[in-house]
Amino acid sequence: MTWLTLNWPQVLELTRDHLLLSAPAILLSVLIAVPIGRLAQQRPRLGGPLLGAASLLYAIPALPLLIIIPVIFGIPLRSPATMIIALTVYGVALLVRTAADAFGSVDPRVREAAVAVGHSPRSVFWRVDLPLALPVLLAGIRVVAVSTVSLVTIGALIGVPSLGTLLTDGFQRGIPAEVATGVIATMALALLFDGLLIAIGRLLTPWAATSHERLLPQEKAV
Amino acid sequence: MIEFETVSKTYPGHPAAVADFSLVVPSHSTVVLVGSSGSGKSTLLRTVNRMVEPTSGRVLIDGEDVRERDPVALRRSIGYVLQHGGLLPHRSVIDNIATVPVLNGVPKRQARTAATELLERVGLDPKVGRRYPGQLSGGQQQRVGVARALAADPNILLMDEPFGAVDPIMRRELQEELLRLQSELHKTIVFVTHDIDEAFLLGDEVVVLREGGVIAQRGTPAEILGAPADDFVRDFVGADRAERELHTTEVDGRTIAVDAAGRPVGVLAS
Amino acid sequence: MNLFLDALAWLTDPANWTGPGGIPTRVLQHLVITFAAVAAAAVVALPTGVLIGHTRKGAGVVGAIAGAARAIPTLGLLTLLGLALGIGLEAPLLALIVLAVPSVLAGAYAGVQNVSTDTTGAAKAIGMSPRQVVFQVEIPLAAPVIIGGLRAATLQVVATATLAAYTADFGLGRYLFAGLKSRDYAEMLAGALLVAVLALVLELLFAAAQRRAAGRIAATARPDDAVAPPDSPQEKELV
Repeated sequence: MTWLTLNWPQVLELTRDHLLLSAPAILLSVLIAVPIGRLAQQRPRLGGPLLGAASLLYAIPALPLLIIIPVIFGIPLRSPATMIIALTVYGVALLVRTAADAFGSVDPRVREAAVAVGHSPRSVFWRVDLPLALPVLLAGIRVVAVSTVSLVTIGALIGVPSLGTLLTDGFQRGIPAEVATGVIATMALALLFDGLLIAIGRLLTPWAATSHERLLPQEKAV
Repeated sequence: MIEFETVSKTYPGHPAAVADFSLVVPSHSTVVLVGSSGSGKSTLLRTVNRMVEPTSGRVLIDGEDVRERDPVALRRSIGYVLQHGGLLPHRSVIDNIATVPVLNGVPKRQARTAATELLERVGLDPKVGRRYPGQLSGGQQQRVGVARALAADPNILLMDEPFGAVDPIMRRELQEELLRLQSELHKTIVFVTHDIDEAFLLGDEVVVLREGGVIAQRGTPAEILGAPADDFVRDFVGADRAERELHTTEVDGRTIAVDAAGRPVGVLAS
Repeated sequence: MNLFLDALAWLTDPANWTGPGGIPTRVLQHLVITFAAVAAAAVVALPTGVLIGHTRKGAGVVGAIAGAARAIPTLGLLTLLGLALGIGLEAPLLALIVLAVPSVLAGAYAGVQNVSTDTTGAAKAIGMSPRQVVFQVEIPLAAPVIIGGLRAATLQVVATATLAAYTADFGLGRYLFAGLKSRDYAEMLAGALLVAVLALVLELLFAAAQRRAAGRIAATARPDDAVAPPDSPQEKELV
């Protein structure tokens, strides 16, 4: 606790750095993974290999990826861009399958009914598929957000500042309080993101909250 | 008026779902296509709003080939009711009913006001409008489905086994409701069912289909019941069933109708 | 791209293939610690997960553990344990076990829990003891998901074992950290490629095992269920 009271300005600054690395990566992951996931769900022949490639990408450990990415993109190792690209790669790899599942979870009868009453393909996506896929999609985004926030710490090993810096610095200087602060602050940030996404989910899917009390029991027999 | 002209539909690797089907559905009347599964009745219904494209033949609405029409615009101009209501689970009942008008560019508020009126028209409490489909009973969902189909005031209503998934009492109520609505609205209705009693109750004209969309017999309910074309139809309409075979008997000076098993079913009005 | 050639040169240099710091030794170390950690985690988590899935009690705990585990920065766990236990193998091994447990637990739990109650009910009805239900019905049916849990755990551990070289002289991660320190990008990149290939090989092996387990189950299930009626999207009458 004393360590924190003496060093809170540094912790605050690192928290900001941490945010600036994780938030763009999470956003990019969503923007890239959702269209790919939808494509994978609509065209299974294309989707199979796509999802396979994603799970292989996800299998590559983080630190090696951080070292390989600068070589491929021709950017410096110790740059925020390296971090954000790596985190986005993981985010996309993790989210693509969930996105495909999310669109797959939309009842085809509902989609068909929407077409039958005259939704154009575009409005089927925006007004039917996307909102109905949202609950599953948001669950996936929550996983991505939490794991991204946690992964950012690895950047400290290649010298990109974040809350992870507290882990490496604390370890090298032998200050357990500093390491513990880093761990707790990172987890708190992850929880914050998670809570935020839960709140957004509640706001965007009001129908989901009420669907527990589905049909009356005697009508379930149908 | 809807005209089917030698409509055929074949899915690759299967026998024809529908072969050479021709039929005229006059305006402002209800035609019921009735048949068991595999008779192609739903396929036929879906050729009208281009959910299914015929392999050959054509479908005309008021003399115009539906293939000339943009499918999305076509579907918005035709009311469609499905077995499970086909309501969008993430929209409130009101917004579900207002779907097509809003898609057509009617201002949201105006569409919602109209939707509330439609709720009453199909016999639902306007308070239901704020709920989500998941909170309604099956019968209520079907009523909302009908209201949605009526929202854009289409001339044509396509109904694909709309009451197939609700319990018999509710079904009876919905059928009466539809008869009442039709007596006020005079739409051109194509109704698909496998329930012959429903067909006789609702249809101005009934078309009995056998496998592959072949017409076994068409006519008014009375014509079909009175003179089944062949054994298939006789069997399908249950002309031999005890409750179809009525005769009369005198009791206390009044004429009572009795079925073949001797159960009284009614009194002849004099 | 020159850097890739440098890394390739480093990889093909015979000097890097011998001795205590040679590639074969490092790969072996990496594999041994990975399997040791996953095996230790499995000993604890598999029975627990199966039990929770069987009794369906404590599901909330599994969810909470899995969620919290995702939020813990692995580097934080490694460094904290490193400070507590000192330089050596104990700290990373313990960290790796802790990291492997949630995935194995979640896999075992979810796999068993997802076995249909109709199936287990039928097994009971034909006279199987609870023990037989678990070993002859639930575990075989849950096998693909259980293997999935082990797969996720192994991937996690292989990756984290690379980081373990930060606190102990062990495994392929050494090349990365040595390269980082001496700014030798070739060595670093070569190490990175080695770890990536190792991880991908393990991933593919596990994927194949999982597919096989799933395929066996699918083959014994009623085959006609998989065949949809020909025009089911068009004809909704077959409800």
